[in-house]
Amino acid sequence: MRATVLVRPKAGILDPQGQAIEGSLRQLGFAVGEARVGRVVDLQLDASDPVAARAEVELMCEQLLANPLIESYEIELGA
Amino acid sequence: MIERRPRVAVVVFPGSNDDGDAAWALGAIGAEADLVWHAETELPDVGAVILPGGFSYGDYLRCGAIARFSPVMAAVGSFAADGGLVLGTCNGFQILCEAGLLPGVLRRNTSMRYVCRDVTLRVERTDTPFTTRCEEGQLLTMPVKHGEGCWFADEALLAEVEARGQVVLRYEGDNPNGSLADIAGIVNAEGNVFGLMPHPEHAVDSLTGSADGALVLASLVDAIRDRLSVGTAV
Repeated sequence: MRATVLVRPKAGILDPQGQAIEGSLRQLGFAVGEARVGRVVDLQLDASDPVAARAEVELMCEQLLANPLIESYEIELGA
Repeated sequence: MIERRPRVAVVVFPGSNDDGDAAWALGAIGAEADLVWHAETELPDVGAVILPGGFSYGDYLRCGAIARFSPVMAAVGSFAADGGLVLGTCNGFQILCEAGLLPGVLRRNTSMRYVCRDVTLRVERTDTPFTTRCEEGQLLTMPVKHGEGCWFADEALLAEVEARGQVVLRYEGDNPNGSLADIAGIVNAEGNVFGLMPHPEHAVDSLTGSADGALVLASLVDAIRDRLSVGTAV
């Protein structure tokens, strides 16, 4: 089973990287509002049960993939 | 009786690059450095541990996030839990935060730029084992060199850190990274673990601009000596 983890800077947290990208996009002439930058982690899992897989990936997020002080995460399970 | 030179472990992670300077600085102030590879599961018999600066594990994922799982970090955690003195500079500070040994997290500088310059620091506390040689309100000059030194915590955690008086050093005038409340260095609630973004080990000889970093390192070495003498007296 595959899983994709999206890690984002929490709402309200200053994201200087996003701000720099936002500025560059505007310079290119794109009318953008706020840009925020996160991270994508694609995982190949041994688990085949989606409930167990999600629980395992949640543990991964809590322990390593995201820092709960500044980041939120979302888990998407694939086939 | 021959006086033992206080021994300090300097942990070497893959990607550490201030371990050599830390070891040299310790030697210069009368201590002895014991370089400890990150794969070790035990610490040698030392009075303190330094986690040096650098780019452990290439700063992958988040600074310090991977180094935190190095085998030696379990030993550093137990050492700290037993009251052992632990000092983390720069990447070492980032590792201590990721490991939960210090509160908060170090984020990308708000300027998005890597900074490398001398900064002025104000000493907020002199009753920690890392600052006994300083005076309250004293201004110290030390270099910083980092891209991710912006200390951050949410409002509640910041309030807690301030209320407990855990802030030991603040940037004075020039905050190089946008850290909250100009925080440059903090201790844990127990006061035996200290992390700071500036580099005391690069400031132990006036030849390189400032010797103020020696005050921090010598305070640490004094604390080890005090503990040793208490130990032998018992």
